[in-house]
Amino acid sequence: MPEVVVDVVLKPEISDPQGQAVLGALGRLGHAGIRSVRQGKHFVIEVDGEPDEAALREIATTLLANPVIEDVELHLPTD
Amino acid sequence: MRIGVITFPGSLDDVDAARAVRLAGAEPVSLWHGDHDLQAVDAVVLPGGFSYGDYLRAGAIAARSPLMADVVAAAGRGLPVLGICNGFQVLCEAGLLPGALTRNSHLHFRNRDQGLLVERADTAWTSSYRQGQTIVVPVKNGEGRYVAADAELDRLEGEGRVVVRYVGGNPNGSSRDIAGVTSADGRVVGLMPHPEHAVEDLTGPSTDGLGFFTSVLSSLVGAA
Repeated sequence: MPEVVVDVVLKPEISDPQGQAVLGALGRLGHAGIRSVRQGKHFVIEVDGEPDEAALREIATTLLANPVIEDVELHLPTD
Repeated sequence: MRIGVITFPGSLDDVDAARAVRLAGAEPVSLWHGDHDLQAVDAVVLPGGFSYGDYLRAGAIAARSPLMADVVAAAGRGLPVLGICNGFQVLCEAGLLPGALTRNSHLHFRNRDQGLLVERADTAWTSSYRQGQTIVVPVKNGEGRYVAADAELDRLEGEGRVVVRYVGGNPNGSSRDIAGVTSADGRVVGLMPHPEHAVEDLTGPSTDGLGFFTSVLSSLVGAA
């Protein structure tokens, strides 16, 4: 069954305190060289038949992501 | 005057909101998110809580419920709408108010009595106050940090769209201490703090919150 993946992350100008907390934990654990961490969401969607890119893009931009604060990337099976 | 209070799955403060409506002198009307029926109410309150467990984003799924389509259409015709806490999140997700509410900058749930500066005393929900008045009402949220792009914040400030601002400390890292905003026409207002929890001396830190509910009555009388 075709799987479509949608990745959602906060826009660069929106601060991400959860990512910063992860970054702080990495530093305390001794992992050097990590500059920043941004936390996001990863959706895996199974569809019947050929994925309808237009419909999936609408789903991604109108429900899965809030375009006011988030960027969204759609990955079709051919990607 | 009949003021609707919407219950979503996971709403918590719908009963308190209805009680505040009654104490202000209006008749509360229970509305169900799954209906397509505003029951001809004169105004609508979206209460606090954790609709759909804050899944996806706080307010995101509730904003797409059947009744919200009717609320958006009615707001376009000037119906006064107040969103409190989760209700504010729903209004932003529904596109009735600008910006978004995100995880508190310190990552903690914050629950305390909060000072607010009333910057707009001419909206449908704040006309009982004086511009520049400071009020105290409870605030309680984990995802209450108001954000928008800097250019958008500049535009909102320029248009006077900030209704209330935090004073005496910002509880959640909201941009520019913004606690609540209004639509361009002053009919739709959303705020993270809870005026419905400050309507009686017995149960609240003040009775300062009652003004939101009396304001809309006078705005409706004025319009009639």
